[in-house]
Amino acid sequence: MKAVKTKKTQQQTFSSTTEKKIKNILKRYPKGREQSAVIPVLKLAQDEFDGWLSVPTMDLVATRLGLPYIRVYEVATFYTMFNLKPVGKFHIQVCTNCACMISGSERVVEMVKAETSLKKEGEISKDGLFTLTEVECLGACVEAPMMQVNNRYYTKLTDSKVRKLIKTMKNGEMPESVTPTADMPEGY
Amino acid sequence: MKKTPVLKIEDKVFKNLDGKGDWGIKGYKERGGYKGLKKLLTTEPTKHIEKLKDSMLRGRGGAGFPTGLKWSFMPPADAKRPSYLVCNADEGEPGTCKDRDILRYDPHTLVEGLIVGCYTIGAKASYIYVRGEYYDESSRLNQAIEQAYADGLLGKNILGTGVDVDIYVHLGAGAYICGEETALLESLEGKKGQPRVKPPFPAGYGLYGCPTTINNVETIAQVPPILKNKLDWWKRWGRDNNHGTKIFSVSGSVNKPGNFEAPMSIPLKELIEDYAGGVIGGWDNLQAIIPGGSSTPMLNPAQAETMLMDFDALREEGTGLGTAAVVVMNNDVDLIAVMTRISKFYAHESCGQCTPCREGVGWVYKLMKRLGEGEGTQDEIDMLLGITKQIEGKTICAFADGAMWPVQGTMKHFRHLFEERIKKNKTKKSKVA
Repeated sequence: MKAVKTKKTQQQTFSSTTEKKIKNILKRYPKGREQSAVIPVLKLAQDEFDGWLSVPTMDLVATRLGLPYIRVYEVATFYTMFNLKPVGKFHIQVCTNCACMISGSERVVEMVKAETSLKKEGEISKDGLFTLTEVECLGACVEAPMMQVNNRYYTKLTDSKVRKLIKTMKNGEMPESVTPTADMPEGY
Repeated sequence: MKKTPVLKIEDKVFKNLDGKGDWGIKGYKERGGYKGLKKLLTTEPTKHIEKLKDSMLRGRGGAGFPTGLKWSFMPPADAKRPSYLVCNADEGEPGTCKDRDILRYDPHTLVEGLIVGCYTIGAKASYIYVRGEYYDESSRLNQAIEQAYADGLLGKNILGTGVDVDIYVHLGAGAYICGEETALLESLEGKKGQPRVKPPFPAGYGLYGCPTTINNVETIAQVPPILKNKLDWWKRWGRDNNHGTKIFSVSGSVNKPGNFEAPMSIPLKELIEDYAGGVIGGWDNLQAIIPGGSSTPMLNPAQAETMLMDFDALREEGTGLGTAAVVVMNNDVDLIAVMTRISKFYAHESCGQCTPCREGVGWVYKLMKRLGEGEGTQDEIDMLLGITKQIEGKTICAFADGAMWPVQGTMKHFRHLFEERIKKNKTKKSKVA
């Protein structure tokens, strides 16, 4: 595998924390099956480099795993959780599929737009804080309507809940989850 | 009519599905978990498979394939080609959210199931493929796995029986198709999630080309209690060929949506009225019900009145139990809009491998949208149905079928809604002209 030919930028090395996590991830798969780590490592890379995957970031993943670039590009472009362009600090993803739709997800989308001043999906708000995406079923149908912000679910949404959540995010903070959550154990 | 008994705590597989108790290993053990595990790991695996066959446990992930039979397809252990047990936790069928509650509230049911499952099919390693969005849920699961390792329930020589099992969690990244078992394997190998041509089936050529069994979370978790108890403990529930208990996810226009473990073959009306708090606005306000996730054709109120919730009863009615995700729509819901949204979902999620699906599902969505807006003609409704028939059964996996059935189901019961809209729009247009 040839070294990445782009200029040396920040995106050309993983932090030591990420590197440690990558080593742990690789332990899960048999020898010679390092390709299995593509999705988890892309996820780590996305988390580390501003929430999206640039071409140099994808190249870095390929180099780290010893794969041709194309093997990483085709995965990154196939799965919807990989952002191929920049997103706001808080990526608000509202489920608008059947159960949420019946329970009022259109209203949630409207509310989010109104509270964040976002005009359309995919754009970043001027303050750099928000991006809104309508997503497919997130599997929390009995707690509809719901949305996901970055890694976290917020369910049984009402107007006042949405307003409160966005207010917290405007202060730059991640809102407390409505449902009990758990921290990933060390090393994952 | 005699009511279906409500399950007592000792009848349930998932005793903490409501999340009120301790999700951890201590709570699980207090609820009877891991008790008798050693005995299961020292009993001949073929006995387990025979018992599973007799129990008529059928896969809870949607297809309803008999689990015991599936496990019996695994070849004998081979040092060069290790066997794998893969757990499908890529829950993505709209309406379905049962596995999420298992993962976050009762994860040890799955861990115990995987230990027993690996032993039974002769695997030493298991991967749990969890959908990428379930971050908190997978954190819980990882914590549960760590607890099990610390307690000597995972790793080498479990409980001194000589059985070795390792479990790894693998997060996906948002692709519905990865719930299809061979797409899941591709994804687990680090590729695009595109289904494989079958045969060969995973039992012969699965993960990394090795013998593999893939089961849904709920199915695997149900195995230990079935094996630990007398056969009748399981078979007293449900009709022949559909035994046991099942988690039903009831969402949409109901007063108390939720995940409920109930006996198989429970009447749909009972499930909605006694468990989910009834239809909003009363049973008479019911418009339609999707019985088993978005892929299953909907039922009209007359069918819903007498429907039994099991694999065979729903199949006889031209639909399916699927994942038992019941989505209720009352008369306040714009049914066409919901079904069009479901078509949009399939158009978005097609993996793009087979032409009929990649192209056709998009056409179907566009036609649904157009007809729903009152555009188009009566002939186009027939054209739409024609297209669904040309897509169904013409692809590598069942995704396209699952995308077409709800459209066919909508047209079967609610064609008049489309016709009314077209008519209304025509009148409006002629008035304007």
